Amino acid sequence: MNWLTNFRTPGLKTFLSSKKDTPDNLWVKCPKSGELVYRSDLEESWYVTPAGAHLRISPRRRFRLFFDNERWEPLQLPPVPQDPLKFRDDKPYPSRLKAAKSKLAAREKEESPDASPPISQEDCMAAAFGRIKGKPAVVLVQDFAFMGGSLGMAAGEAFIAAAQLAVARKAAFIVCTASGGARMQEGTLSLMQMPRTTLAIDEVREAGLPYIVVLTDPTSGGVSASYAMLGDVHIAEPGAMIAFSGPRVIEQTIREKLPDGFQRSEFLRQKGQVDIVSDRRELKATVGCLLAHLMPKRAMDETPIGPLKAPMADVPAPEARDKSKGKKA
Amino acid sequence: MPTTYLDFEKPIAELETKIAELEAVSQQGEGPSISDELKKLKDKAAKQLKDTYSSLTPWRKTQVARHPERPHFSDYIEQLFDDFQELAGDRVFGNDEAVIGGLATFRGQSVVIMGHEKGRNTESRLRHNFGMAHPEGYRKAVRLMDLADKFKLPVLSFVDTAGAFPGKAGEERGQAEAIARSTERCLTLTVPMVSLIIGEGGSGGAIAIAAANRVLMMEHSIYSVISPEGCASILYRDSAKARDAAEAMKITSEDLLKLKVVDDVVKEPMGGAHRDPQRAISQAGKAIEKALSELAGLSPVELKRQRRDRFYAIGREGLN
Repeated sequence: MNWLTNFRTPGLKTFLSSKKDTPDNLWVKCPKSGELVYRSDLEESWYVTPAGAHLRISPRRRFRLFFDNERWEPLQLPPVPQDPLKFRDDKPYPSRLKAAKSKLAAREKEESPDASPPISQEDCMAAAFGRIKGKPAVVLVQDFAFMGGSLGMAAGEAFIAAAQLAVARKAAFIVCTASGGARMQEGTLSLMQMPRTTLAIDEVREAGLPYIVVLTDPTSGGVSASYAMLGDVHIAEPGAMIAFSGPRVIEQTIREKLPDGFQRSEFLRQKGQVDIVSDRRELKATVGCLLAHLMPKRAMDETPIGPLKAPMADVPAPEARDKSKGKKA
Repeated sequence: MPTTYLDFEKPIAELETKIAELEAVSQQGEGPSISDELKKLKDKAAKQLKDTYSSLTPWRKTQVARHPERPHFSDYIEQLFDDFQELAGDRVFGNDEAVIGGLATFRGQSVVIMGHEKGRNTESRLRHNFGMAHPEGYRKAVRLMDLADKFKLPVLSFVDTAGAFPGKAGEERGQAEAIARSTERCLTLTVPMVSLIIGEGGSGGAIAIAAANRVLMMEHSIYSVISPEGCASILYRDSAKARDAAEAMKITSEDLLKLKVVDDVVKEPMGGAHRDPQRAISQAGKAIEKALSELAGLSPVELKRQRRDRFYAIGREGLN
């Protein structure tokens, strides 16, 4: 008996049984080779397929990838006004935010049913403090799954808070970018996150701490045109799309097809915009090596991470900000 | 009287055409008593213009901001500055004429000026690439700011671009990095910087030269994260909905003053800057002078600090 003779049309029972019984995410199709890869194998390989495709991963997985002993302290990210412009396209912006948040919660439940160790994600950003090969580091991860990782006020505030935490802790600042660009629903306020994040990088520079950018798929628009391209070192994951204008916009403008590999990590390295193209499984070692060179050895490098103190002396607490709201003459 | 009327200016156009005709007739000395008629018509036209322009919708403002006869950076250079010495080139690849700049005298003081130039006719528009810069344009801005920093000269920038050019060559030469560096250079300047949005402030291509101590906007200019058409085609999947997108994105000077994205708005002559460029530019000059004088006493450290505080404060106060 082979699978052909074994095959039968699905009966009512199979038809009615929901996806929960046969999770459709048991197998993942490799975007590069088209082959089906078993999900637990992907777990082992940090979601790099046998053909080398680097699939998008959550902030939680990024933290596990980077931090020693998979231990970290989450940074509580500052809240921001929701929907300041009362923006609506075919849906109101708050309902888009809500949908993105519930998607996030579902993923969290799947990846860590007991939510430990905790992560604290606000909008498309999550940040945590920990050690990478012994060196203190703040890792900020941008989550493409949350509204395309678009840069709005929440992401901007998260970036500033994470950078200031790095300064307060004398830690390296590692940012994993993934974004389609600016959050259009926040209009010019989203554009303002370009200078705002740039100022935060300036604080890290003034403190003499390394700022390392890990460009992941995709990084474009206002994100690539601000903090993604201002690193002391630029590392890119293989095959990541990294651009200012996306290929579709350019093809519309110049009315010709772009060559294969245009705006991919390897291309950007060839053009001098990226220093290192690193396989995800080597990423921690690569960053660790850079930090060993860029950060002087300190006695505390060996001590385990302590409790998180208030990192943002400069930034008024949200309550204080609320009080000052209203019209100014 | 402008030679180009926008679609919503049709009633104004009709009145003004009639006035022009009547004036031509009266100058020929025929018909004795049309002066009363003429005055009535002129009053009517003025009222029509005022009614239209006192409540421009965001989309109409977008059209005014892009008006072909709107004063451009080169007009500002000519009227506001003495002995402008253009400095060309980025020292790396080439001279991008979408961004022009150099040394000039403003109210007796040496300054560095830079800005987007869209061009006025077909030939110059092509030369200036319609004000859409390549990486070289932003790298030129960076070298001009380096110069300003070294010689302690204030920087004045004039923003008028639909955005950075989305092309193959620009991407190959690091468009994103060039914009990021230029924004960064604005923010690290130890000299005062004042920016004025004179027409379109389009996205990253605008902020690259507008991360200043004081950001001013001409009354009918726009400043946005993406063009209304671009936003419409992405979010509404229909670029014809640009009107709605313009409304939703809050791109007018009035809205952005409330959001504290800009510090001051320069009033334009009735009917827009293109109706009286000289007056519009002279008003702009006064606003720039005022902004510069407010920054005059600040030390290099204080100037950097002021810029940091200014941009960090955006979105932290005064919103819902």
